[in-house]
Amino acid sequence: MSDARTDILAGIRRSLKRDAVDAETRRALEARLSGHRANLVPKRGQVTGREKIEAFAQMAEFSLATITRVASADQVPQALADYLKSQNLPAEIRMAPDPQLDAIPWSDTPLLKIARGKPNPSDEVGVTGVFAGIAETGTLMLLSGPQSPSTLNFLPETHVAIVRADQVLGSYEDGWAALRQSNRGMPRTVNFITGPSRSGDIEQTLQLGAHGPRRLHIVLIDN
Amino acid sequence: MHPTSRAFRANATAALSNKTLQQAMANLGFRQKRLEAVARLPEFDALRDQARDIKNHTLQHLDFYLEAYEAKVRDSGGQVHWCRTPEEARQTILGICRSLNARSVTKGKTMIAEEIALNPFLEENGIAPIETDLGEYIIQLRNEPPSHIIAPAIHVTKEQVADSFLEKHAIYGKTRRLTEPREMLEEARGILREKFLRADVGITGANFLIAETGSSIIVTNEGNGDLTQLLPRAHIVLATPEKLVPTLEDVSTILRLLARSATGQEFSVYTTVSTGPRRTEDPDGPEQYHVVILDNGRSAMLGTEFQDMLRCIRCSACMNHCPVYGAIGGHAYGWVYPGPMGAVLTPSLIGVDQAGALPNASTFCGKCESVCPMKIPLPKMMRHWREREYERRLSSTVSRYGIALWAFLARRPALYHLATGWAARVLGRLGQRHGNFENLPLAGGWTRFRDLPAPEGKTFHQAWAERPLRTQDR
Amino acid sequence: MSEKPRVGLFVTCLVDLFRPTIGFAAVKLLEKAGCTVEVPASQVCCGQPSYNSGDKADTKAIARGVIQAFEPYDYVVAPSGSCAGMIREHYPELFADEPALMPRVHHLANRTYELVSFLVDVMGVKNVEARYPGVATYHDSCSGLRELGVKEQPRALLASVAGLAVKELPGAETCCGFGGMFCVKYPEISNRMVADKAADIQATGADTLLAGDLGCLLNMAGKLTREGSTVKVRHVAEVLAGMADAAPPIGRKRQGP
Repeated sequence: MSDARTDILAGIRRSLKRDAVDAETRRALEARLSGHRANLVPKRGQVTGREKIEAFAQMAEFSLATITRVASADQVPQALADYLKSQNLPAEIRMAPDPQLDAIPWSDTPLLKIARGKPNPSDEVGVTGVFAGIAETGTLMLLSGPQSPSTLNFLPETHVAIVRADQVLGSYEDGWAALRQSNRGMPRTVNFITGPSRSGDIEQTLQLGAHGPRRLHIVLIDN
Repeated sequence: MHPTSRAFRANATAALSNKTLQQAMANLGFRQKRLEAVARLPEFDALRDQARDIKNHTLQHLDFYLEAYEAKVRDSGGQVHWCRTPEEARQTILGICRSLNARSVTKGKTMIAEEIALNPFLEENGIAPIETDLGEYIIQLRNEPPSHIIAPAIHVTKEQVADSFLEKHAIYGKTRRLTEPREMLEEARGILREKFLRADVGITGANFLIAETGSSIIVTNEGNGDLTQLLPRAHIVLATPEKLVPTLEDVSTILRLLARSATGQEFSVYTTVSTGPRRTEDPDGPEQYHVVILDNGRSAMLGTEFQDMLRCIRCSACMNHCPVYGAIGGHAYGWVYPGPMGAVLTPSLIGVDQAGALPNASTFCGKCESVCPMKIPLPKMMRHWREREYERRLSSTVSRYGIALWAFLARRPALYHLATGWAARVLGRLGQRHGNFENLPLAGGWTRFRDLPAPEGKTFHQAWAERPLRTQDR
Repeated sequence: MSEKPRVGLFVTCLVDLFRPTIGFAAVKLLEKAGCTVEVPASQVCCGQPSYNSGDKADTKAIARGVIQAFEPYDYVVAPSGSCAGMIREHYPELFADEPALMPRVHHLANRTYELVSFLVDVMGVKNVEARYPGVATYHDSCSGLRELGVKEQPRALLASVAGLAVKELPGAETCCGFGGMFCVKYPEISNRMVADKAADIQATGADTLLAGDLGCLLNMAGKLTREGSTVKVRHVAEVLAGMADAAPPIGRKRQGP
């Protein structure tokens, strides 16, 4: 009795009325894979400069994320503290051990209690950096890694993402190009996050905070 | 799940007079949102063409891409399990669960799991499967199948959710009957949170598999699919071969169409690309990553007139716009996949003798095809099923003889014109009094619900032949 | 001196049996637009009923008759999007396995048009000299709309009818539930669809319903009269040709002596 793998592949070839692809076709297909050429990229993914930042902010808000802009990394801690206060949240956060966040002078706001690492289920606020922002849909691109536990994107009810303007890219294709360029290979998880968690499953009434965070707040360092 | 598609006619009729169902179906509001979302992307139609071409290319070389995909999954530390049948898939998943002494399994939404009736099988084997998508959770409590491929509980009213929660959440100490969707969401969120944290294994489907990197992609709005795959010791992906797409760039093209066509969102809230188990240095993530590739009839669809159906990305636009689905809901279709895509796919998977009614219950209005992001010619394939049924004499005797008689006449114009001339005269005279018929022998199907307008008394050909000649006709 | 385009009128089986007035209205409109019109006597049907029932063999036999009968004409025009769509879009699919016949099939398909879109798009008709006092609403029949792009053309010509106001029908593009055999194979579902359509029509407050396909019109008229509605139902060609006096509305008896 032949194994399932052989049977399935044989079945496919039988249906397509051919044997396994010939050498020339194989080379072409492999080239297609390694070439990973972009298809049509919508205009809105090709914006640059100021237009790109504005597009990112606008689309993020359209997806029901909230966004605060600060002019420099120095202003981030106060902006975060202000946000937490405005939402009646405790000034206690679980922060990703991300070196990108090290440059921020957290000690300037000593009332902000910060624990770093992966989240406990009881953590209410998670703070992460991002790998990139995608302007075309106002999306955050986050990679799993020792400095960015993926569970931190999901377990706390509030997710605050610190994004630098220079991290904002135009399109998904730009995101993949940046990932390939970083030479770290595919991480276990790439999360594209567009707004806070939601469900419409009860009579099609849209509600935020189904299982993931109810709030997604972006602090955009726009220098 | 056990198909009841043979009873489509009776199920559909019952659905039409089911007041609760009709009330719930009135909530289906994806059409307007999709329209607005499509308007926001001027390149939408061009992207549809590219997406169609990407999938067609992949299907033509599916064996190559599967092998390339498998190699990459292995490279990243994952395992691929090939399964021909639902039974093989069930046993494979059970085997993985047993190897981990799994007692509870959380599940992200996967229609393939419905195809193979995974939940009852796991339960029989002492493993508790817990649906985590809110809609799937609701119908799991109600012991019902999904009625829509992305909004599985669309047929359930708020009151029915409250009833189910009251009954099933008592064991968690919840004794109050809830009235607001907000409270219901909170209660479910709290209960499922515990399940997420305790699960031994997490099972998700896959919207796409990427050959270039050996990755699987899921899209959710809730984040349940992510908690399902990140927290337990093992992540099992249940997929079928046609989910394959060559590169990350290719999938980006298709993703621009998916949520837009489904709910009218730009992108689903969580679009997650998973590649293998956690890396040694990762602080979280599953220790094991298994991909179960189930064939269950897909390879047999290749090279046939139904191959285009393999382009489907399960967005649900077709059923959201189908007047038949809108009138009868999803359960009437009797199996996993309802609406136009269900009418085309189901006979391929469970046989046209069981599911033949589905492709017949269509006016071929073409709305489904017009909104399909992958430009799948759905009415054409429904007609192909009708051709297969005709060849195999599966349609009812009455309709076969009726059509055969009509065709006999239609192929003989002189005889046809004789018959219609007679019919026009007789029916025209009989119908003179009211201008229409409330009842007519042999036309009961029509006159049960509407009047039949009376013919004018002569056929056009008769009247044309008798017309007074004008100077220009001489 | 240019020659007048020679049009072969594809009557359609429903117009032939149920409402010849539509055929005459089509002839009048085509002649007014500068065409000569002939009606090949051997035509019966486009073959759609057997096609949609899965009977390709009979469909082909009927289609061969159509190809033959309409060979001599510059254009083939049908007062029906469904029939014109069958010939234009589906005949090439139907005969794809008979390459020898394909040139004739394509020749026919390329010359075939639905009536109103032919008048506007091919003959350049911009307005009609007709009068019809009242408020009409218009239903977009599925095949004409989705297979042939018939949408703006009837509205453009109706706009020129004296005394007529056109009110857009909400859900104008939603199927009325006729679908050929569907309405008798699945009468309950069809009834639901046509009941929804009748409710939409009555909600517009229009006194007249127009469309370009007699199948849809018979279905909607039958439902409206069954519900006791006074909405008058006609084929759009009747109004455009100024022939509303030539026959009572669909499903109603002639008034007066």
